[in-house]
Amino acid sequence: MSDSVIDRAARATPEAMAQKVKGLSDRAIAWIFVAPTILILLAINIFPLIWTVYLSFTNFRVNRPNNAVEWVGLRNYERILGDPDIWMTMQATAHFLIWTIVCQVVIGFTLAYLINKKFKGNDLWTTIIVFPMMLSPAVVGNFWTFLYEPQIGLFNYVVGFVTGADPSSFSMIGEVSLAPWSIVIVDTWMWTPFVMLICLAGLRSIPDSIYEAAECDRASKWRQFWTITIPMILPFLMLAVLFRGIENFKMFDLVVQLTGGGPGNTTTLTSIDLKREAFEKWRTGFSSAYAVILFVTVFGLASIYVKALNKVKQR
Amino acid sequence: MKFNLMNSAAAIGLMLGATAGAGSAQAADLTLCWAAWDPANALVEMSKDFEAESGHNMSFEFVPWPNFADRMLNELNSGGKLCDLLIGDSQWIGGAAENGQYVKLNDFFDAEGIKMDDFLPATVTGYAEWPKNSPNYYALPAYADVVGWTYRKDWFSRPEIQAEFKEKHGRDLDAPKSLEELKQVGEFFQGREIDGKKVYGAAIYTERGSEGITMGVTNVLYNYGFQYENPDKPYDIEGFVNSDGAIEGLEFYKALYECCTPPGASDAYMSQNIDAYKSGQVAMQMNFAFIWPGVEVDPNVGGGKSGYFANPAGPAGQFAQLGGQGISVVANSDNKDAALEYIKWFAQPEVQQKWWDVGGASAMRAVVEAPDFAASQPFAQTFLDSMAIVKDFWAEPAYASLLLPMQERVHNYVVAGNGTAKEALDGLVKDWDEVFEDEGKK
Repeated sequence: MSDSVIDRAARATPEAMAQKVKGLSDRAIAWIFVAPTILILLAINIFPLIWTVYLSFTNFRVNRPNNAVEWVGLRNYERILGDPDIWMTMQATAHFLIWTIVCQVVIGFTLAYLINKKFKGNDLWTTIIVFPMMLSPAVVGNFWTFLYEPQIGLFNYVVGFVTGADPSSFSMIGEVSLAPWSIVIVDTWMWTPFVMLICLAGLRSIPDSIYEAAECDRASKWRQFWTITIPMILPFLMLAVLFRGIENFKMFDLVVQLTGGGPGNTTTLTSIDLKREAFEKWRTGFSSAYAVILFVTVFGLASIYVKALNKVKQR
Repeated sequence: MKFNLMNSAAAIGLMLGATAGAGSAQAADLTLCWAAWDPANALVEMSKDFEAESGHNMSFEFVPWPNFADRMLNELNSGGKLCDLLIGDSQWIGGAAENGQYVKLNDFFDAEGIKMDDFLPATVTGYAEWPKNSPNYYALPAYADVVGWTYRKDWFSRPEIQAEFKEKHGRDLDAPKSLEELKQVGEFFQGREIDGKKVYGAAIYTERGSEGITMGVTNVLYNYGFQYENPDKPYDIEGFVNSDGAIEGLEFYKALYECCTPPGASDAYMSQNIDAYKSGQVAMQMNFAFIWPGVEVDPNVGGGKSGYFANPAGPAGQFAQLGGQGISVVANSDNKDAALEYIKWFAQPEVQQKWWDVGGASAMRAVVEAPDFAASQPFAQTFLDSMAIVKDFWAEPAYASLLLPMQERVHNYVVAGNGTAKEALDGLVKDWDEVFEDEGKK
């Protein structure tokens, strides 16, 4: 008769402890196992959140440890919501968010649709297309500042070659009308492959039998696309939009490297502005309120979106 | 005799042992923090003398300029122990002094006979004192720096260019003496072809992210009558920051940006201007004086091809933006005594002389006022002229809160072209008033 692991563990447990555990319910034992994880989560996620909410009602500055901390009520929130400059950063963020998502979804889906067709060199092209998202955002930002350089930049040269314009007559990152688009272009270049991969997974999950049935019903390719492909890939597309939306809402490194938030504050996104308030001006209370507003916005929008996503999945 | 010999040998052995023991007990590992740039490399070489003399080991933490303030202020604010010595920017002195992050050096200076009168007054006020103009010292002037101009003397001296300029402007082409002349020269060179290459007028500071455009625009604002505050009423800024002269000055800087800078110069600071100048793209560049030794030895623009001039005068006078730093002992350091030893060593006249010789910039009067100083380098006289006209940005504890809105307002007007100069400076007054109210200064 062989001993099981449980038997050996039971024999090895000291008598005193065994007596204590014997009286515990399954739920209690489960709590014992889960408790360390919950405590860690509370310590590194929930406590800082609560602390941030508390700080948002004060005038605390982390670089003035000797100053008295005063309760200022809703003053920080009032100042943020009444500050036209902060609304401008919100607008810049919205422009960036909407256009990057639109471009990435359209191009990403198109690429996935093309890559999904079997052709020679399919894997090689997939690897090449995926390459930009393997790079560090800081490297990409630096790299594109050279591409956008009016006198020596490849981007300006290509635009000049195609349109006949003088390449040094425009500056993608130096002109107010072009700078917001310059960051959209770079983010799209970098992250479209991510959307493409998600779409590709979605396309490959559609069973061939559905298309075969549609063929038997003499449905045209166009009809198959709108009635089979799009509805079945929609949850995947929505998931990609959710990921890219959350990521781009907190976009920082790429834009800082590329434009530094300029010209003026044309490309100053909320995350850049928040960082300046928190770690350059050291207005900790104010920036906590700013962070809370952003958190509520993202959390609220994401919750609504996830509900919509679940509905689409259940269809 | 044998006994005596043995006794002597034992005594010498004991003495050597004791000395070695004492040396190892006192030897400290000192870390000096500064920006990553040429002068820092020169200081590493010089510090080997200190290591040999003191027995201490020196380590260095150099951070690139765009991240220098972020990194070091984080270090100070978090009570970090990375730096024993910090060569910090002049504007940090207020915050570091009031928050107890730098060691006050008065007693040490008195004990060691280090006198602030031995240093250029502007550097003492700018780098060492807090509150300003009070005898409370938190640093030793370490690196004297100021914004000045470099120009292509070889281009300026070409007969055909000289003739064309004289015909156009009725005067010889020379280093500009006024800001109007500077703009004329910039316009003259803008888009001109020299040696088969298109060149541009001037590289000026336009950087948005850290302090660049502020360090540039102040060189014009000061000379057009901008003042930080009412001289008779501290923190009273309305009508001084946004005076008619200041508005005109800001308009001039925008005009200079539009008329005379190379394409794509919308985010340029020290390194971008150096690159533009050394690559033969521009006829003139605005930059801190620290670059001048590097220009002089550059194969493309050095060896007599470049000239130097102090920031030109404007309608309200001639001033230049102070740069440079003082060296301080970090209050949180575990090696304060050894760090003070370093400062004592660095304050010696012969070390200061060597500092200038190896490409540093001494603020010690014995060095810069020596009879042969002006002739010691082609740029030495310009350095002296520039150091005599310096003004500095706020050094308040809330200096970063004052700097950031200026960066934003000025960049928004000059580079992005949003609004008017008056709106930009009125906005700046509003922002700064808010900061001073928050600080309880108004």
